[in-house]
This record gives sequence, C-alpha cells and structure tokens, in this order.
Amino acid sequence: MKILVTVKEVAEVADDFEIEGRSIPETYLEYDLNEWDDYAVEAAVRIAEDREDEDVEVVAATIGPERSEETIRMALAKGVDRAVRVWDDALAEADVLDPTTTARILAAVAEEEAPDLVLSGVQAADDGFGATGVALADLLDMGWAAVVNDLELTDGDASVRRELEGGVEELTTVPCPAVLTIQTGINEPRYASLRGIRQAQRKELAVHTLADIGLDPSLVDDDLTLAGMAKPESESDATLFEGSAEETAAELATVLRDAGVGAE
Amino acid sequence: MSATDVLVVADHRRGELRPVSYELLTVGRDLADAMGGDLHAAVVGGDVDRFAEKLDCEGVDAIHTVAEGDEFNHDVTVAAVTALFDTLDPGAVVMPNSVNGLDYAPAVATRLSLPLVTDAVAIDYDDGPTVTREMYGSKVETAIEVTSEPVALTIRGGEWAAAEGVGDADIEPFAVDIDESSIRSTVRGFEEVGAGDVDISEAEFIVSVGRGIEEEENLELIEELAGALDATLASSRPIVDSGWLPKNRQVGQSGKAVTPKVYLAIGISGAVQHVAGMKGADTIIAINTDPDAPIFDIADYGVVDDLFEVVPELIEQFE
Ligand SMILES: Cc1cc2nc3c(=O)[nH]c(=O)nc-3n(C[C@H](O)[C@H](O)[C@H](O)COP(=O)(O)OP(=O)(O)OC[C@H]3O[C@@H](n4cnc5c(N)ncnc54)[C@H](O)[C@@H]3O)c2cc1C
Repeated sequence: MKILVTVKEVAEVADDFEIEGRSIPETYLEYDLNEWDDYAVEAAVRIAEDREDEDVEVVAATIGPERSEETIRMALAKGVDRAVRVWDDALAEADVLDPTTTARILAAVAEEEAPDLVLSGVQAADDGFGATGVALADLLDMGWAAVVNDLELTDGDASVRRELEGGVEELTTVPCPAVLTIQTGINEPRYASLRGIRQAQRKELAVHTLADIGLDPSLVDDDLTLAGMAKPESESDATLFEGSAEETAAELATVLRDAGVGAE
Repeated sequence: MSATDVLVVADHRRGELRPVSYELLTVGRDLADAMGGDLHAAVVGGDVDRFAEKLDCEGVDAIHTVAEGDEFNHDVTVAAVTALFDTLDPGAVVMPNSVNGLDYAPAVATRLSLPLVTDAVAIDYDDGPTVTREMYGSKVETAIEVTSEPVALTIRGGEWAAAEGVGDADIEPFAVDIDESSIRSTVRGFEEVGAGDVDISEAEFIVSVGRGIEEEENLELIEELAGALDATLASSRPIVDSGWLPKNRQVGQSGKAVTPKVYLAIGISGAVQHVAGMKGADTIIAINTDPDAPIFDIADYGVVDDLFEVVPELIEQFE
C-alpha cells in the first residue's frame, strides 16, 4: 500500500509586519509545516505503523523552494519514507496560484506514484484556499471526502467522519483510492524525535521541475493575478487599555463589574 | 449571450436551507447586475420545491430544482451543477465556502476548467471579477483579479446581507442524468457531537482561552480566573484538538455558537471560524500580545499584553 501526503511549508507573519507593494518582506515571515498537513502526516504514518505485516510506504509531495526542504525533513523525521519536491523558475515568479493549478502539479506527481490513498490538509494556513485536495481528487478521477476528522480503512473503503458546522458530523464511506482532506483534531501529531531527525537526513528527497513531471511551465500563467495586498482596514473601535499589567487588569475589572460579572 | 448570467448554488442540511443560501442570492444579484445578466439559483437534493419557494426572493430570475437524494452528496451535486452550467452557460458560478462547499466546489471548477477563487469576502466587477480574500489568518487582505471568464467562486458566510422580499422567479425542475457509477461516496448518517455536562451556549459570562496558553498545565490559571469571575470556561479549537478540554467547550463554526453578556478571549487570534461562534456576544474583551490580531477588530475592550502578566492581576482584582 502506498499513501501520498501533500504537504506545504506555510509562512506566518510576525506580530509587527509591513507590506511592501504586493508582498511581505522576508524579515517578517516565519516558516513552518502547515498545521492541517501535520495532522495528515500523522494520520498516514499511523496507518503505516498499524499495518506492520503489510508493506506501507508513505510519500510526501510538496511544491516549494529549496528553503522548504527544512520543513519537509520534519515530515520525514516523523516517519514519512521519502519526499518529492516540485519547483521551477515559473513557480518562483508566480504571485498567486489558482488552487486548481496547484492540484494539477500535485496530480502529475500522484500519477507517477499511483497511491492507494492520498491525504491532504483541509487548507493551508497562509493562503487558505481550502480547495487543493478536492480538486486533486477530481483530476485523478478518485473518490474524496473533505474535512475529515476520523478515518477507518476497511476492505478497500475509507469510512470517515466529516466535521460539519455546529457540532454535527457526517458519516461517509468512499472507496479507495481516494483523497481525504484532513481536519485538525483527528489525532495528536507527534514531535519529531532526535533519532527521527537524524534518519530524515538520509531519506530520499527528490526534486523535480515542471518539465520533469511532464508539465508545461506555462501552466503557472493561470487566470489569477494578485492585484493588491493590504492590511485590512481596522474597523476596530475597541478601547485599548495601556499601562502595567496591574493597571490594565484594574481597568478590565471595572468593565467586567459594570457588565455584572462577579456580582453576588 | 447568457455568459452574463450568474448561477448560485444553495446550501441546505437536514431539511433547512442554510443562511449562506440567502447571502449567495445577494452576491449573485450584485454580480449579475454588474455583468448585465440574470440571476439563476440552483438547489440540489432534499425538499427542493419547498426550498425553491423560500429562495424566490426579490431579484432572482430563475430557480432550478434538482430532485436527487435527500441530503447533500458531493458526487450528485457536482454532476448537477456542471450539467446546469453546461445548459445555462453563465459567466459565473458562485458557491458557499461552507463545509459542503469545500467538498464540491473545487471539483466543479476542475471539471468545467474554470478559474477558482474561494472564500471571497468582497467581489468587485469591472471588465472581470476582482475578489477580495484574506490571507495569514485574516491579517492580510488580497485582491485577486480573474482574467478569464467564466469563473467559479465561493463566498464566506456572514459577509453579505441575506436577500429578502418575494420574487417571481421561474421555478423549474432540472433533470440530470446521473451515472450511478459516478456516485462514489455514500453518506451513512449524521451524529451530534459535543454534548456534555456544560452547555456553553447558555452561559452568561464566558472566559475563553486559546493557543496563547501554550501548555496544558497553564490552563489552571484560566480555570482560576473563570472561578473568580463565576464564569463558564470555553476555548478555541486548538485547546480541544489537543485534548485539554472536551469538545463541548469549543466555540466556533464547528463548535458551538455562544451569546453571552461578556466574552473574554484570552490568547485567541480571532480566526474567522472562531469568530463565527462568538460575534453575537454583547461585550467582547480580548487579551493578546499581538496588536494586529483580528480579535481586536471585533473586541469592545482590549489589552495588548502577555496573558501571563495580566490574568494573575485580574484574578487578584476579584479575590
Ligand atoms: C473547517 C474549519 C473549522 C474550524 N472550526 C473552528 C471552531 O469551531 N472554533 C475555533 O476556534 N477554530 C476553528 N477552526 C480553526 C481556526 O481556523 C483557527 O485555527 C483557530 O481558531 C485558532 O485558535 P487560536 O486563536 O486559539 O490559536 P492561534 O490562531 O494560534 O492564536 C493564538 C493567539 O494567542 C496569542 N498569544 C500567544 N501568546 C500569548 C500570550 N502569552 N499572551 C497573550 N496572547 C498570546 C497570539 O498572539 C495569537 O493571536 C476551524 C478551521 C477550519 C478549517
């Protein structure tokens, strides 16, 4: 059995940051493995661990620059067997990618790998499109389920719970191969052990250009253009208390008491 | 010529249209006006005739009912929406960025080879659509220009007013030839989760804690505060995901909606899915180290400081 996990290195902006033109300068960005992908990696590694008598290979696929290898190594350190990274000058120049373009690139990797199951995160914490996994499934002509917070594999089927709004879950079955988009809370992602981190250095991390995987780089010139980037106009009319913690706490206490909190 | 029309797809669950359905009609009408066409609405599955009557608001030109199945099934929805699209040939299809929207909208876009922009919070139209959406957990707003039509869009719930009034739309059943073999997913049922001893949706005062608390041990501090204020303890999602509090304490889109007199958000960024569950509080107070945290946009009072400094002082104020 082979499981493909799509992973992304996402940027997080610092507490104080600036926007220059249509981007945020590197100094304000910190990079990490996308939170939702971390849960997907854990789900994949657990399937492999639970099936000791079966040969289960977990492969991570990512689209990202060389810098992202650090993040991808974290997935390898957590038990992913090997990784594929796609990067290209065309991608480096793109300011925004249609999520279906991202899915097309990942689909080319998936076609090569022919996995029995694909796990993706529900969304990426930076651009938040929330569309890659389902688009990927459709391109691969596989079944799918989005926003999965529980998963059981039996007889070639994936029985899942989809987390809907307002504390309601849907119970759905979809035949494998399938793409599942993984929601946080499905498991508790492990920390990479020191031993895992050491081993990760020796695991295969193949790098491909778009041409290598049979795609025309012009694919990246899709129909979306980033026309502007700004800090949202703050509609805030919040009263902010300033001073020492003792002073601000006293102000908060007054507000709370006025609202009836702590009244006997 | 109909490439100026707009098609919107309603959302429903367990016999009820979801509020975003009416917001979609507002978005669709605005967009159709800008493009110079008609507004078509579609509803797939469930009690479609009753839904169609309700969707017949002012400004809706046509409603297409697809009577296939009782509940949402993404395979059926994709088949129905793509078939309708092929028939109507509109310039835009607009879907909800709900959990079910996440489960079918991307497949509609790939199958029809349309550009896709999700989670729109505003849409302008001038020669083509420019979509405003958020990045980095609502800290940055981007404008995405779509340079080719037709286009597939999904909208964030709660950003547009609901359509009102009574219209005189043509309500027409739309027959889709659904190939059984294309239906791969089977919905087996639904389950309510998160019941338990405490019902946070009934609470008058809520102290809510987020990832800023860092460690499970530190929760004690917030419990102490909730005790001192005689308030109910709730949390954002990561606290529940980590197993530090049970699911019935989670406030938000997938958790519970709360409407207390006071909501004190401690170490919570104010992600849209969290805000969905607490924006109805009378008074919102936030303690957060990040002055740009979106929670301050909806807060009435706030302190930009370390919770580990402020909370102990606050406890002292009430002892
Ligand atoms: C489909 C879907 C459904 C979801 N449903 C929900 C839901 O129902 N409820 C929900 O909450 N989320 C939900 N989420 C997750 C949501 O997107 C956010 O990830 C989540 O709300 C973030 O929680 P947080 O604010 O606690 O953490 P973060 O976003 O990590 O924020 C932590 C905050 O703490 C502050 N902080 C850190 N240290 C300190 C300190 N010492 N003192 C003061 N402040 C500090 C930081 O500045 C930051 O603003 C959902 C997501 C998806 C995709």
